[in-house]
Amino acid sequence: MSDAMTALATVTLLPPQGMVTLRADLGDAAVRAAIEAATGHAVPDTRSITGTGEAGLGWMSPDELMVFTGREAAPALAGSLAEALAGQHHLALDVSDARAVFLVEGPGVREVIAKLCPVDMAPGAFGPGELRRTRLAQIAAAFWMESETRLRLVCFRSVARYAEDVLTNAARPGTAVGLF
Amino acid sequence: MLILTCPYCGLAADETELSPGGEAHLKRFGPGSSDDEFTGYLFHRGNPRSVHFERWRHANGCGKWFLAARCTVTLEVFGTYPAQTTEPPAAILDAIRAKRPDWEGRA
Repeated sequence: MSDAMTALATVTLLPPQGMVTLRADLGDAAVRAAIEAATGHAVPDTRSITGTGEAGLGWMSPDELMVFTGREAAPALAGSLAEALAGQHHLALDVSDARAVFLVEGPGVREVIAKLCPVDMAPGAFGPGELRRTRLAQIAAAFWMESETRLRLVCFRSVARYAEDVLTNAARPGTAVGLF
Repeated sequence: MLILTCPYCGLAADETELSPGGEAHLKRFGPGSSDDEFTGYLFHRGNPRSVHFERWRHANGCGKWFLAARCTVTLEVFGTYPAQTTEPPAAILDAIRAKRPDWEGRA
């Protein structure tokens, strides 16, 4: 674990990320096939993410996915998803500007999140491949681990400054709790 | 601290991740109902000192509404179930009766 002089993790606001919100009946085989064909990623199980936070699919709710893609490619992808799902009840919308993405990196990422979110961050209880929507201090956020020391966090852009501040504060040098 | 399992996420969600929605299984009285019925629908809420059925929303999670049965005295949770039901499911009622044999049912 980190010593008293180094931060538990570094917090970086990432450049704009393409995001398309997709609402449809995810239990429908035709819908799943259309999504997989249009995005190239498998429809994720409950509370999980397939692919990566740069190109992948994240589970948001039983009828909602977040499609990650390049910022420039997002409007076109929303269009092709709408085309692929034509005739099915659905919504595909480019919402890239709605959210900000942070990269939290360092040996203490589990502690940083555990300080701010009501989530069991113990290894075994939460790990790579899982996506968790929850409360980060006073705001809503979602995060997933890319590895044991890398975590990506998404929140609304309007509260991005707040998220950066609380994350940076929770990662301050010398504040390790030593739980994990 | 209250911890409820969201039936959609399957997560044991902390109370601070949820927002409360008041009493569950209300019957709506709209246009054409009597004044008494409408008053009851708008204002009269059960406040039992025992088993209670409530609406909760997984506000900071999947955003879905669900229903929960819990004891207002001990905060014991008997179960949670999707909001698309008009009556508590049999499994929930069985769980309540197993732990509260003298429970008289919903008022």
